[in-house]
Amino acid sequence: MEVEAARLIGAGLAAIGAGAAAAGVGYIWGSFLQGALRNPEAADGEQARLYIGFAVTELLGLIAAVIGFILLFG
Amino acid sequence: MLRKKRDFTVAEAEGGGIDPMSQFRIEPIAGTLEQGQIAFTNSSIWMLLTLALVWIFMLGGMKRELVPGRWQLAVESVTGFIDELLVRNIGPAGKKYVPYIFTIFIFILFANLLGLLPIGFTGIHPFTVTSHILVTGVMAVISFAIVLAVGFWKHKLRFFTLFVPHGTPLPMVPLLFVIELVSFMVRPFSLALRLFIAMTAGHVLLKVFASFVISGINAGPEIGLLVAVPSFLLMLFVSALEILICAIQAYVFALLSALYINDAENLH
Repeated sequence: MEVEAARLIGAGLAAIGAGAAAAGVGYIWGSFLQGALRNPEAADGEQARLYIGFAVTELLGLIAAVIGFILLFG
Repeated sequence: MLRKKRDFTVAEAEGGGIDPMSQFRIEPIAGTLEQGQIAFTNSSIWMLLTLALVWIFMLGGMKRELVPGRWQLAVESVTGFIDELLVRNIGPAGKKYVPYIFTIFIFILFANLLGLLPIGFTGIHPFTVTSHILVTGVMAVISFAIVLAVGFWKHKLRFFTLFVPHGTPLPMVPLLFVIELVSFMVRPFSLALRLFIAMTAGHVLLKVFASFVISGINAGPEIGLLVAVPSFLLMLFVSALEILICAIQAYVFALLSALYINDAENLH
């Protein structure tokens, strides 16, 4: 039963990674908005880069979620 | 892996909880899922449904009228969007990848949105095709194969200079080569994993809230008001967010495929 408990605790700990990725994604969108409000003309041209940064950061949170799923259901 | 999952769901069902993972189970409709067998499953049905919807969507917009109607405008805005994405990221050479990128974009978009439909008859429920890593993995491998084929076809062995950025000091070359090679090789995995887990996590979240609503209503009026109503409102907003995520994930998959093809086409 201890292994079972450790698995559940580990899945919970993996959720910290999702929270950290949330902070990262928030920082990216916040920075973009800050830059876009200062120079609205340049904002549209940077949207592809915004989504690349978003995707790369989000992936880390999703990997944390995968680890949680593996621990819970694997 | 699959058998363990089934054991878990059985245990959950006995405990009286609602299992959020059973929505992803693949059920054979014709044939069996025994070893080495090919079966027609619920995943196949939703893939065919996606294909049919995309077909209808495209047929309605390909009448080539001089003054486009609403439908044709909708189709043309999607094709124009992908066209612009490729030209901006790859350059004039990107035009020839429009069919591939458009195909994966619209397939992922329609499959994601179809899986989100809030319908459920007895035993029949929407199945998200893209919530399985096998499906997204195949699409990612196709993208990766195009990158390799284009790169080696166009640049021959000079393609390997992709792994050494310009102006690297000579002592750093072996180290950077290894790092860039690893980051290159990880691309299909990250591409497949991102879409698959974003869809899976969103649907699990929705079903967890749904089970809160059902359990809250079953537990009586006080708890129902305290738990079920806020959960339902939250579910509403998460559903709206999920629609946004569906579009963003389709866009990100198309955008990253385009960027990877750009690497092969232009060798930074």
